[in-house]
Amino acid sequence: MSTIELAAEKAKSVIQQVENISGGEAVMKALLCEKVNTIFGYPGGAIMPIYDALYDYQERLHHILVRHEQGAVHAAQGFARTSGKTGVVFATSGPGATNLVTGLADAMIDSTPVVCITGQVFAHLLGTDAFQETDVVNITTPVTKWNYQVTDASEIPAILAKAFYIARTGRPGPVLIDITKNAQLQKFDFTGYTPCTHIRSYRPKPYVRRKYIEQAAALINEAKKPFIIFGQGIILGKAEKEFREFIEKSGIPAAWTILGMSAIPTDHPLAVGMLGMHGNYGPNVLTNDCDVLIAVGMRFDDRVTGRLDKYAKQAKVIHLDIDPSEIDKNVKAMIPVWGDCKETLPLLTELVQKKTHPEWLQRFRDFQREEEKQCIEPEMKPSTDVLSMGEVIHQINELTKGEAIIVSDVGQHQMVACRYAQFKHSNSNITSGGLGTMGFALPAAIGAKFGAPARTVIAIIGDGGFQMTIQELGTIMQSKVNVKIVILNNEFLGMVRQWQELFHDRRYSFVDITSPDFVAVAKGYYIEGRSVSKRDELRNALSGMLDHQGPYLLEVKVGKENNVFPMVPQGCSVAEIRLK
Amino acid sequence: MQKQEFTITVYTENQIGLLNRIAIIFSRRKINIESLNTSPSEIESVHRFTIVINETEEVVRKLCRQIEKQVEVLKAYFNTNDELVWQELALYKVPTEIIADKVKVERLLREYGARAVAIRRDYTVFETSGHLEEIEGLIRALEPYGLIEFVRSARVAIIKDSKGFHEKLKEFESVEPGTNVIENEYLGKQDEVFTM
Ligand SMILES: Cc1ncc(C[n+]2csc(CCOP(=O)(O)OP(=O)(O)O)c2C)c(N)n1
Repeated sequence: MSTIELAAEKAKSVIQQVENISGGEAVMKALLCEKVNTIFGYPGGAIMPIYDALYDYQERLHHILVRHEQGAVHAAQGFARTSGKTGVVFATSGPGATNLVTGLADAMIDSTPVVCITGQVFAHLLGTDAFQETDVVNITTPVTKWNYQVTDASEIPAILAKAFYIARTGRPGPVLIDITKNAQLQKFDFTGYTPCTHIRSYRPKPYVRRKYIEQAAALINEAKKPFIIFGQGIILGKAEKEFREFIEKSGIPAAWTILGMSAIPTDHPLAVGMLGMHGNYGPNVLTNDCDVLIAVGMRFDDRVTGRLDKYAKQAKVIHLDIDPSEIDKNVKAMIPVWGDCKETLPLLTELVQKKTHPEWLQRFRDFQREEEKQCIEPEMKPSTDVLSMGEVIHQINELTKGEAIIVSDVGQHQMVACRYAQFKHSNSNITSGGLGTMGFALPAAIGAKFGAPARTVIAIIGDGGFQMTIQELGTIMQSKVNVKIVILNNEFLGMVRQWQELFHDRRYSFVDITSPDFVAVAKGYYIEGRSVSKRDELRNALSGMLDHQGPYLLEVKVGKENNVFPMVPQGCSVAEIRLK
Repeated sequence: MQKQEFTITVYTENQIGLLNRIAIIFSRRKINIESLNTSPSEIESVHRFTIVINETEEVVRKLCRQIEKQVEVLKAYFNTNDELVWQELALYKVPTEIIADKVKVERLLREYGARAVAIRRDYTVFETSGHLEEIEGLIRALEPYGLIEFVRSARVAIIKDSKGFHEKLKEFESVEPGTNVIENEYLGKQDEVFTM
């Protein structure tokens, strides 16, 4: 063929590829190209053309109808965190979109990749206070990594490609794309979908500087009492293997933040427990005793550091993070290792000497023994007939052998779950860390199950938090989501009550919360359930729940005024952690 | 560390909503923006924000990192006044008869390098450009003579040792990872780092 013929042939094939489709359908095609198979959403007026397009794609795009848009984001978060993929949400304009805000804020602070698509009123109505018009882009600006309003269908492929790229790369986060109704309806020439791989002004990963790696390695090799603290960065970066190789070669004790938990097995020989306000004794106290503190993929939240001006002042800090703005934000790093830890950790591992630190590690174990005696024993073997939260988690560990995914809500039960749960696999501890969003667990557990269908998903929820998103039982019923719900009922807003007891002279101001008959409520949704309060029923009830085919709700009545210890009281240094 | 005047220069894509994203970085931390200017830059499609705030260097450095974190921001620089050439522009509306009558006013205006930009029978609009102190000096001087209206622009500033943004932009246009490096005060201070 001549070149002219070739060009003509090429032009023809291009023309053949062009399809005249609606903006709504372009959304479906974009999602398929991004390998999305699950959407959590709720329809409404301004997103109807997208739902109309979905009608023809429902075989390939599995849509889960939630009961409240907040639940859709939490479900997408649960999905993202167990699958390592990006969660997708649909919601309508106005109230549908404003209902997303709590979930977006949660995903933002916990760096969860989520793409939310909201419908918006017709472009010509923008700014007229049209029915269900809210300025969603501006409302969500502080709680999204990026957001954008589409008013023309032809923008949809490129904007969605950008949305997915931004949500999942670098430090992940939520992205919201607001699409006006005219753009969803509008037909345009769809020429195909090109995934986004580069945005001029966006640097997902900072440049890795060899010099800093060398300095960090030299410092680690000199250290007598090095200590590693790690966060969700390891899990988000899918760098569990690289991290293990690093700690195992350097022989350094490692403690996790609440979101870093499960990145290494909880029984790893170098694992020394959880940091922070209700974390373990040793890692908190010894933070103020180590000589080199190596922080990996964590952001020194105030719940981790306690009083900042008394935090690890003696230590030289090495901070590995993908987000340059995290370095020096709260704790000054002597050596900043900017970069994706999946790349920087192996470079560091190569340069560190193979070592063990038996005496130093023993100090963590000594503190552990003390904590065991003063906090753990009484929690595991209470002297009264009243059940404790810790016992329940302990029994779950024995029954699941650390194989389950545990989704916890917010409060005392969350702290107990994270203190005592055992994990063998990464992506298993799903909880609202940075925002502390009550009501997170039930919808997040739904998403977690869709993200990891082969695994057991257990939600641990308080009697207060359960009532915040209780309506998602409807989602579980309708979509037959096999999640196990454990309500640890202490008849109080327990965590707030604990603070009132300890810091407000036991003035229990509005923490006494009445609950419905949870089992009856579950039954109303055709979900099996049981309520127990006696020790000799617990094991049987838990194994019954786990063996049950399908969703199950187990209410466990626990001690009303039990407290979670250890505790670093607010405004105290980590070394001032209290055992009682 | 002492608070002082810093000028932040931000190179960005030209995108609706970005002004809000940048503004809330300050308002969220309860930091007052003294002056804010948006303008095109020497490069087509690259926009430039000039923001003046009163803060410590540490706070300003952190703010710049937060600004750079925004998807559409290419780069944020911060500078103290001695590292900049900067100007602000002001317009003053004065009754024309006073200028005609009072020789003193005319002398004042000449002294401050003011230029008449509009002359009407009832009022005249003068313009000066310069640093804040000079502009404020002229307002004070004009006040007794019936200054009708006054307005001052945001600061525009050029970084003295900047070579422009063309080279940097090329780097941004190339694919990951960029070689854009972030400095740390300990890099190169081997001794300080390794004395255990
Ligand atoms: C949406 C929301 N509102 C309020 C709070 C404050 N808060 C934190 S823990 C807690 C009590 C939780 O009670 P419950 O769910 O019964 O769990 P418990 O602490 O008793 O285990 C409250 C009210 C919160 N974290 N989130």
